[in-house]
Amino acid sequence: MNGHLKRRPVLIPGQRPWLGFLLLAAVLVAVPFVAALGGQAWVRIANFSILYIFLALGLNIVVGYAGLLDLGYVAFYAVGAYTYALLASPHFGIHLPFWVILPLGAGLACIFGVLLGAPTLKLRGDYLAIVTLGFGEIVRIFMNNLNAPINVTNGAQGITLIDPIRIGDFSFAQTSTFLGVSFSGPQKYYFLLVALALLVIVVNMRLQDSRIGRAWQAIREDEVAAKACGINTRNIKLLAFAMGASFGGIAGGVFSAMQGFVSPESFSLMESITILAMVVLGGMGHIPGVILGAVLLTGLPEALRYGIEPLQRGLFGRMIIDPESLRMLIFGLALVLVMRFRPAGLWPSSQRRRELAESAD
Amino acid sequence: MSEKPLLLEAHEVAKHFGGVKALHDVSLTIRRGEIYGLIGPNGAGKTTFFNCLTGLYKNEGGYFIFDGVKLEADAPHKAAAVGIARTFQNIRLFGNMTAIENVMVGRHLRTHAGVFGAISRNPATRAEEGAIVRRAEELLHYVGIHERAHDYAKHLSYGDQRRLEIARALATEPKLLALDEPAAGMNGTETEALRVLVEGICRDGVTVLLIEHDVKLVMGLCERVAVLDYGEKICEDVPAVVQKDSRVIEAYLGGSVA
Amino acid sequence: MVRHQRLVAESLTMDTLLQQLINGLTLGAVYALVALGYTMVYGIIGLINFAHGEVVMIGTMVAFTVIVFFAGSGMPPLLILGVGLLVSVVVCMVLGWALERVAYRPLRHAPRLTPLITAIGMSIVLQNVAMLIWGRNYITFPPMINKQIYEVGGASFTNVQVAIVSLAALVMLGLIYLVHRTRIGMAMRATAQNPHVASLMGVDINRVIAMAFIIGSALGAVAGCMVGSYYEIAHYQMGFMLGLKAFTAAVLGGIGNLAGAMAGGLLLGLIEALGAGYIGDLTGNFLGSHYQDIFAFIVLIIVLMFRPSGLFGERTGDRA
Repeated sequence: MNGHLKRRPVLIPGQRPWLGFLLLAAVLVAVPFVAALGGQAWVRIANFSILYIFLALGLNIVVGYAGLLDLGYVAFYAVGAYTYALLASPHFGIHLPFWVILPLGAGLACIFGVLLGAPTLKLRGDYLAIVTLGFGEIVRIFMNNLNAPINVTNGAQGITLIDPIRIGDFSFAQTSTFLGVSFSGPQKYYFLLVALALLVIVVNMRLQDSRIGRAWQAIREDEVAAKACGINTRNIKLLAFAMGASFGGIAGGVFSAMQGFVSPESFSLMESITILAMVVLGGMGHIPGVILGAVLLTGLPEALRYGIEPLQRGLFGRMIIDPESLRMLIFGLALVLVMRFRPAGLWPSSQRRRELAESAD
Repeated sequence: MSEKPLLLEAHEVAKHFGGVKALHDVSLTIRRGEIYGLIGPNGAGKTTFFNCLTGLYKNEGGYFIFDGVKLEADAPHKAAAVGIARTFQNIRLFGNMTAIENVMVGRHLRTHAGVFGAISRNPATRAEEGAIVRRAEELLHYVGIHERAHDYAKHLSYGDQRRLEIARALATEPKLLALDEPAAGMNGTETEALRVLVEGICRDGVTVLLIEHDVKLVMGLCERVAVLDYGEKICEDVPAVVQKDSRVIEAYLGGSVA
Repeated sequence: MVRHQRLVAESLTMDTLLQQLINGLTLGAVYALVALGYTMVYGIIGLINFAHGEVVMIGTMVAFTVIVFFAGSGMPPLLILGVGLLVSVVVCMVLGWALERVAYRPLRHAPRLTPLITAIGMSIVLQNVAMLIWGRNYITFPPMINKQIYEVGGASFTNVQVAIVSLAALVMLGLIYLVHRTRIGMAMRATAQNPHVASLMGVDINRVIAMAFIIGSALGAVAGCMVGSYYEIAHYQMGFMLGLKAFTAAVLGGIGNLAGAMAGGLLLGLIEALGAGYIGDLTGNFLGSHYQDIFAFIVLIIVLMFRPSGLFGERTGDRA
């Protein structure tokens, strides 16, 4: 059925997609074991790449599908992370199970999203950018300072000893053996994260080809005409915004559990911009593009750390530019250059390329 | 002429931009099942009236009663929901979507699948999606552009874009279809085809409000005609009477001389 | 980042009120100057120039470098300050011009998100370039002016504050003259009204847009120098929060409206200072004065909710 709805090729185009998927699955399973050869640190890097894929695809619904610029995405991530941290750590002595806290964190983030989006989404798009930016700062200020007179967030020190995700006696933090294969903590989280990432990919794909997805596209194309077609544009945009926020909340909870530690430092504006850059540089609204963006930008700092640092020492005998600021410089320049020369991103959808070709006329 | 029941009643609708009065207490009534024409020289306030009716502008004075219910100003999607669909003078399609997708967007209002339906693709959602596609195909057939269903809207010819806009409007299941200068820029053949289409739409039970520059088309098509000049209604009657009205003649001649 | 820690409130008295009004006025004068840069650019091309805060930061840093360079030379301190201000204004004007020419002009007809993302990118680039030049630590301004403290009714203010407020007033009067009495000012107003018609009337749009960036950056440089001499410290990230608040001030006054930006800046400065002074009392000491930074955003959200066109902005009907 639905022969008319063109199926957008996802991940692996070709005659026999199952072959591609099989290959992909094999690679996905192999990654944590190959990475472990270089040490568990590499497994953690792989885990963060996937966590960022999850975050970026959540933001993709907001930025890519609904065309809204959210500059405070990390605030929702923070809400999820602190919800988890406060309800599963010795800080308050509360230890709720993850299946209670993760949905709770997502729900809270969603509520914040609605509170923030409802007044601003009827206005011009760039106001949303600035309001979300401001919200991100508010959340950060509260995280940093809400340690007195009642110690809620423990201020800049953050919260430690957060419970790992645990199902009965099965904890994600310890090494355990299945069928003779030993799985380390990070490796177990890896598979959990892959499952979550697949979930968000399916959500993205299905939304795109749905009544809601068409409404988002219509709004991006011509908001007045979309309204005249009976689309309640504010609600539909709010839906995208709230969904993005919920995904941010889930990611935050998983982050908390995986790290065992959260502090305001992890939720800076730069983090928001990094996630936005993943979406924009990869290819707004295009799932493979966004995944590419997330992998590239999580890999970049590692590459810089292991590549540029020795290179600089080798060439100049000392560090000329510290890798952190070099990373930021490359980020900034990449944003500017990509907007200039590949405004649809590195791997855009054919749809988006057309839209841009149109507006350049 | 038999008296048909009322569909739309505009009551002393007023709108101004800054100090300029674009609409001055315009009242008119449209009956169910008729083709009603709204004409007037350039800048007479026709499109402004349209935009107030469809909720794009907020009228400062007066109100609309549609199908027995008072319309809420300033809410285009609500106007569409109660059954007023429109086209735009300067065609506004979703250019990077295909013709059929444009019409499918028009079905948004009368369908229900939400986020959970979209994600789970449950049988109800799949059935609804199928129905949306079928209805969109039917409508493209109805306006005669089904062969272009999978072309991008921006690649359609001008006349086909007008038709697509009408199909998209019809997809919202309107009681009143408001067409803003549909014949603008069309040649004689295209205009004639449009006339046949509009007559067909009316015959199929949709009331039509037609804003037009092409006086000949309006006079041939409409049962009743209102004339706006400088934001005021100067005449409302059957075409034969309107054509002979001295104020109308003056408005048009005066307009064209100045 | 420069936090306005010196606005710590001690107690709820009229002294505090007067004191916070004075502090708020000083802060507001700075916000107003920065807000003008946002509002001019927004009024003409509808872009939130996120990098404007960084231009202000560069202004502070350049002034710092010049002042340190001449500090031991035996030149009179006021002259050194003047030279610092002048160099910083010139550098920022060139920077503003370059920003528009290199980053934004090629995107003039791109979708709205595109230049906005470019602006964020430029802001990151400028911050990190500044960090490479001036380091990642706070830098301290050498004291150039003998600070004198005046006491009025229990509140105190310094000659630096007086200088800041009067210089800001002078610069704003100059801007009003420029916009209303000169050819380029007229061209700017015409372009803000309707760029297409203005270009038909022979206005060189590119020149007008470049001018908006150049003038805005010059005002930003002046503000940057003020911030530097008021707080006596600077940091490569100081532009971000300052810029965000100044933008809030511009929205508060009605974005695109020059008088609105000035009024919005002053108002925001006062709200912040009073808010910081009284927040402890208002919340039963639950929240302290380090929450000063949240006022700007709360104000922003409230304004957008109830009066999106700003306090002084005209309500424009949206054009269909």
